Amino acid sequence: MASDAAVIETNGNEPSYLDYKGKHSGIKGWLLSTDHKRIGILYMIGILAFFFVGVFLGFLMRLELISPGETIVSAETYNQFFTLHGVIMIFLFIIPGIPAIFGNFFLPILIGAKDVAFPRLNLFSWYLYLTGGTLALLSIVMPGGPADTGWTFYIPYSVRTDTNVILSLSAAFILGFSSLLTGLNFITTVHRLRAPGMTWFKMPLSVWSFYATAWVQVLATPIIAITLMLVAIERLFHIGIFDPALGGDPVLYQHLFWIYSHPAVYIMIIPAMGIVSEIIPVFAHRTIFGYKFIAFSSIAIALFGSLVWAHHMFTAGMSDAGQLIFSLLTMIVAIPSAIKVFNWVATLYKGSIDLATPMLYVLAFIFLFSIGGLTGVMQGVISIDIQLHDTAFIVGHFHYVMFGGTGFAMFAAFHYWMPKMFGKMYNRKLAKIAFWFIFIGFNFLYFPMLVMGWLGMPRRYYDYLPQFHPYHLISTIGSWILIIGLIIMFYNLFKSLKSGPIVTEKNIWGGETLEWQIDSPPIHENFTEIPVIEERPYVYKDNEPPVEKEETV
Amino acid sequence: MSTNTLVHVEVNIHRDDIGARLGMWLFLFTELILFGGMFIIYSVYRFTHQEEFHLAAQELNTIIGTFNTIILLTSSLTMVVSIVAIQKQKRNLSLLFQMLTIFLALFFMVNKYFEWTAKFHHGIYPGSDTLLNENSGHILFFGLYYMMTGLHGLHVIIGVVMISFMMRFTFKGIVTYDNYVKLENTGLYWHLVDIIWIFLFPLFYLIT
Amino acid sequence: MDKQDINTEHSHGYGIYVLVWLGLLALTGLTVAVAGINIGGFTIVTALLIASVKAYLVLAIFMHLRSESKIFTVFALVAAFFLIISFILLFSDYSFQ
Repeated sequence: MASDAAVIETNGNEPSYLDYKGKHSGIKGWLLSTDHKRIGILYMIGILAFFFVGVFLGFLMRLELISPGETIVSAETYNQFFTLHGVIMIFLFIIPGIPAIFGNFFLPILIGAKDVAFPRLNLFSWYLYLTGGTLALLSIVMPGGPADTGWTFYIPYSVRTDTNVILSLSAAFILGFSSLLTGLNFITTVHRLRAPGMTWFKMPLSVWSFYATAWVQVLATPIIAITLMLVAIERLFHIGIFDPALGGDPVLYQHLFWIYSHPAVYIMIIPAMGIVSEIIPVFAHRTIFGYKFIAFSSIAIALFGSLVWAHHMFTAGMSDAGQLIFSLLTMIVAIPSAIKVFNWVATLYKGSIDLATPMLYVLAFIFLFSIGGLTGVMQGVISIDIQLHDTAFIVGHFHYVMFGGTGFAMFAAFHYWMPKMFGKMYNRKLAKIAFWFIFIGFNFLYFPMLVMGWLGMPRRYYDYLPQFHPYHLISTIGSWILIIGLIIMFYNLFKSLKSGPIVTEKNIWGGETLEWQIDSPPIHENFTEIPVIEERPYVYKDNEPPVEKEETV
Repeated sequence: MSTNTLVHVEVNIHRDDIGARLGMWLFLFTELILFGGMFIIYSVYRFTHQEEFHLAAQELNTIIGTFNTIILLTSSLTMVVSIVAIQKQKRNLSLLFQMLTIFLALFFMVNKYFEWTAKFHHGIYPGSDTLLNENSGHILFFGLYYMMTGLHGLHVIIGVVMISFMMRFTFKGIVTYDNYVKLENTGLYWHLVDIIWIFLFPLFYLIT
Repeated sequence: MDKQDINTEHSHGYGIYVLVWLGLLALTGLTVAVAGINIGGFTIVTALLIASVKAYLVLAIFMHLRSESKIFTVFALVAAFFLIISFILLFSDYSFQ
C-alpha cells in the first residue's frame, strides 16, 4: 500500500520482536508475551505439531487401505484413527490455521496497528487452544481409547460407545472458545485500531477475509458449543434431548451440528482466499482486479455459508421441502466463490507472472479449489447426493477444498511471509521441488477417491471389495509422494530458520501492503510511527516490468 | 466509522472504552447464541410435542417463577444505578447497589434451589424412574427445563463472581468515576442474564 | 481531544431507570395475567411479544444501546439476524415433516 513513505522511519537499532526484552526473558518472555507476533509464532508451533500428528494418522489410514482386508490395524482402531485424524485436522489445524498464525501476526500490521485490541485475551486464546489440544491427545492414552464416532459425533452412537467421547467433546468445546475469542478480538481490532486514513476500502483483502471469518467464528461457534455440551450431558445424565430411546430427535442433533460445522467450512476457506488475494497481485505485478467484488464476496460467503447447513443431511430423513430449499441455497453459495476465482484469473491476465514458490502454491490453490468447489456443487443436487453420500467421493471432495484449498494457501503463506517473520530466506530451488512433490502426490492421493467414490466405495471403511484395489493402491502411493514433499518443505523452512541467508531488505517480493514497509523481522511495536494511509492497496502500474531485485539465494 | 474516532487510540497501552464495550457486546452475542441453540431445540420439541409440553408445564410453580422474575428485574435495576452512582462520584452508594445486586442474585439462586429440590423429591430429575415412565414429551420438557435453567443458573453464579470482583475494584479505586468500563461491562453481562430469563420464564412457566 | 470525553459519555439520572424497572414489572404482571386467559394459539404469541418488549427495554435503556454509537445496534441486528434465520430455515424442514 502506497502510504506516505516519509512517515515510516524504521530505526535500524531497534531490536526485532524476536530479540525484544520485555518484562520477562527467555522462555517466559514467549509464554507470557502479549505481543501478537509472538502469539502468532506460538500458534504456529502448536498448529504444526498437531498437523504432523494428523498427517501421521492419515498415513497410517492409507497404509491400512493399501490392500483389502485387515492390513495393519483392526476395524475399531481404524475408526479411532479417522476420528482422531478428523478432530485434529479440523479443530486443531485447519480452523485455527491461517487466522491464528497469519491473522495474529499480520492483521495488526496490515491495518497499521501496534497490536490487536485485546492482547491478553489473545494469549488466553492460545492457552485454551493448548488445553483443547492436550485433551484431544489425552484421549489416546486414557483407557477406552479415543472416540470412534467420526469427528461428527453423531447421535445415537456417540451416546452408546464406550470410548472417551466426553474427552474429545470437551476438547472441541474448548477449542471452539479459543477460536471464538480470536474472532472477537479481530472484529474489535478491525473496527477500532485501523491507522489514520485506513478506510474500509483501503484495507488489504486478507483483512476483509479475516474480518468475515471472525464474524462466522463469533456467531456460529456457540451453537456447536452448546450442542457438544448437550451430547456430553446426555451421556452423563440421560436427559433425553437427543437420545431417541428417550424421545429425543437425532436429526435435530445433526441440524445443530451442521448449523456450526458448515459455516466452519468457511472459517477454514475464507482466510485462505484472503491469502490468495494478497499473493496474486504481488507476483503478477498487477493491481488486483475487482477489489470490491473480492471484498464483498468474502462477506457474501460468510452470509450464505450460514444458510446451507442441511445439505449434509439430505439422506438423514429431512422433509422434501427442506431438501429443496437447502439444495437451492447451496447453489447460491457457489456464486461468491466463483466471483473470487474469476477476479483472480482476471488479475493474472496480462500480468508479468513471477513463478516464485508462493505463486506456485497459489496457482495450485486455484486449480485444486476449483475441483473441490465444483464437486461440491455436484453434491448440492439432491439426486446425486443420495448416490454419493458417505462415499469416498465426499472424502476426495473435501480434501480438495480443505487441503488443496486451505492447506495449499497456508503453505503459500509460509513461503510468502516467513522471510518477513523471521528475517531468513529458505532455499528457493528446494522449495519448488517440494511443491511439485506435494502437488503431484496430492492429486495421486485424492483423485482416485473421487473415482472410486463415484463407483460406490463407502467412506470410513477399513476394508473394501477387490474391484477397488487399484484405486486404493494409487491413492496410498500418492500419500507417500505427498509426505516426501511435506518433509522436504518443512526441512527447508526449518533449516532456513537456523542457517538461511539473512534478509535485510524490507520488501523482498515487491509487495504494496504495509508489512513490506517495516523491518524484517518487525520491531516489537511494528511501526516506529503509525503510518498515514493515503492510497488504496495493490497499486501497480499495469504491465510494468518487475522491479529488479537482488537475488537473496 | 470515520477516521476521527480512531485518532485517540494510537499508543500500544491505550485506553479504548468503546473498543472494550464492543468486545463485550460481541461476547454477549456468543452467549445469546449459546442459549439460542437451546431455544431452537425447545421450539422444535414444543412444535412436535405441543400437548405433552402443556401438561408437563403444569408441574412447575408459576408463583416461584414470577417471584424470581421480579427479583432478577430488580437486580438489573440495582446494577445499572450502581454505574450511575459511580459516575456521580458516589463510591459508597455504588458499592451498596453492587452488594444489593449480589444479594438479589443469591436470593434468586436460593429460590431456584428450593424449586429444584422439590422436583427431586417428587422423583423428577434426568434419568429418574418416575420421569422415564412418562411420555417422551414429558422427558424432553424436563430435560430442557433442567438444562436451560441450570445453564442460566450457572451464568447467575458467574455474574455474582464478576460483581464481587467489581466491588473489590471499586473499593480499591480501580473502578472510578472516570474509568468504570469494567463495571459497565459486568453490568452488560448481568443484563444479558436478565434478558435470557425474560424469555425462559414464559416458555417454561406460562404455557399451561 | 481529551480521552475522558470519549470514554465516559452516557450519564443519565436515576429516574429513567426506575421508570423502566416499573415498566418491566408491569409487563411481567401483564404476561402472567394473560397466561391465565385461554386464547388458544395466541397465548404463546402474546407471551413472546411481551418478552420481546421487555428485552428491548433492557437492551435499549439498561444496556445503553440507545445512546451507544450506531455500530453497536448494527452488531446486535447481525446477531439477531443469524439466530432468526437459523430458526426459519430449521422450521422449513420441521414444519413440512
